[in-house]
Amino acid sequence: MPVTTKGELKVWQRRDRAKQFKIWFGWFIGVAIFMFCWKIISDATTWFFVYDAPRIAVDIGGRAWPPRWSYLSELWKPMWDTINIATLGTLLAIIMGVPVAFLAATNTTPSKRFLRPLALLIIVSTRSINSLVWALLLVSIIGPGIFAGTLAIAIRSIGFVAKLLYEAIEEIDVNQVEAIQATGASKLQVIAYGIVPQIMPAFAGLSVFRWDINIRESTILGLVGAGGIGLYLQSSLNILAWPQVTVILIMILIAVVISEWVSSKVRLAII
Amino acid sequence: MSSRTWKRPPLIKDTTWRYGLLALMALYFVAAFFSYDVNWSRVYEGLDRGWTFIKSFTNPDFTTRWTDISEGIWESIIITVTSTVVGIILAIPLALGAASNLAPKPIYYLARGFIAVARALHEIIVAILMVAIFGFGPLAGFITLTFSTIGFIAKLLAEDIENISKPQAEAVKSTGSGWWQWINYAVQPQVMPRLIGLSIYRIDINFRSSSILGLVGAGGVGATLNTAFDRYEFDTAAAIIIIIIAIVMVLEYLSGFIRARVQ
Repeated sequence: MPVTTKGELKVWQRRDRAKQFKIWFGWFIGVAIFMFCWKIISDATTWFFVYDAPRIAVDIGGRAWPPRWSYLSELWKPMWDTINIATLGTLLAIIMGVPVAFLAATNTTPSKRFLRPLALLIIVSTRSINSLVWALLLVSIIGPGIFAGTLAIAIRSIGFVAKLLYEAIEEIDVNQVEAIQATGASKLQVIAYGIVPQIMPAFAGLSVFRWDINIRESTILGLVGAGGIGLYLQSSLNILAWPQVTVILIMILIAVVISEWVSSKVRLAII
Repeated sequence: MSSRTWKRPPLIKDTTWRYGLLALMALYFVAAFFSYDVNWSRVYEGLDRGWTFIKSFTNPDFTTRWTDISEGIWESIIITVTSTVVGIILAIPLALGAASNLAPKPIYYLARGFIAVARALHEIIVAILMVAIFGFGPLAGFITLTFSTIGFIAKLLAEDIENISKPQAEAVKSTGSGWWQWINYAVQPQVMPRLIGLSIYRIDINFRSSSILGLVGAGGVGATLNTAFDRYEFDTAAAIIIIIIAIVMVLEYLSGFIRARVQ
């Protein structure tokens, strides 16, 4: 036990000197890295604009209020598109993600050597790239519109759905699977009656969760031309129509809050 | 002698609910399907370009725009580091305020309200506003990601604080500790593993987000990526995407390693 003696008195300490020094040194390195990074940001910043920021913020706030509510009538169609992008995108992602999950799970994959690494590669590459980047790519390939947005959401979500689902498949109870196997069921029957019922709650939960995230993501895809309410946000920003921006932001906030509420209710009902 | 067959129990027991939901879903899909206006000839034309893009992954071009790419990636990493650190530091007091077992009601509602707003807006929308207010550059990206980090960490940490074991907390309290000592010796050790896990997960998320902030002028590699796509320089875009994937994979591996050690 690290104890120092001060004359007669023995004082207990939590760590001995070497360990304490190591921890202190770790913090020192961390703070140094942070300060270095901060200096680079600070050098790249025009500080005059930052000092001016409160005035600008008040100015923009003044322009943005009151919201131009009459603009609302033009927003129903893009909002409907946004919801479609998220919903159909999630559906497509599920259709593509479920087979990938079964190929990636160690206990269901047909070949550990070839198909599993391939499935894991699909999961990692679709997951690491933001849906906005996918949208950027798809708009330049298949042209602007909600179709590109839907595909972007779908591709980004494949990795998410497949990753969480394959982890659920790997955690299933083996006894139930063996019981089905003992009845002489074929491989597909084992999956249908032994595995699927076990992963169904996890599957439903993560689908709804992803749908909720996708509503949020699809609100911005319009910035790169992939349809939805983001398109109107972009054009309102371009013409500096701040009262319209306020209306759009309020609409997005309401949509996100509602979808989050629906998703948490559904997940509570399932689990 | 009637032969009985077994049928799988349906997911939803009540028949009106089951068929009602199915009918609603069918109706929705028909409506959604008809509101899609896909220009198939344009899609068909694009397939060639799609194929070029996929092929460019076998031959990514790191060299032509290397200065832009490396500057962008560095800026993304720097934004990630600073915003994660500041975000966590600011999130901790907010989480204490948003934990219903620690905070008085008015503070609790205030903190929860802030968290809800910080989480509801997508990073890009916040970034647009920050660029409008603070001007172009990495500072806007840093503030954006700090803002969303605060919402994320504070919410999940507050939930963990609400779930701490009460006997330990009371034991420390019964020694006559003050409020700060109580937080430091009863609450903090219990939530520390979770906080470390969350922070590392958040680094991962922040890096992914920082790679798109450039699209709206908030710094990072996104601007270069956008330009590459606009000019159909798919080999450069492929190079950037490969770097992003590689860094995300390293971060994911590290986070798995550290979380396994802490928990």
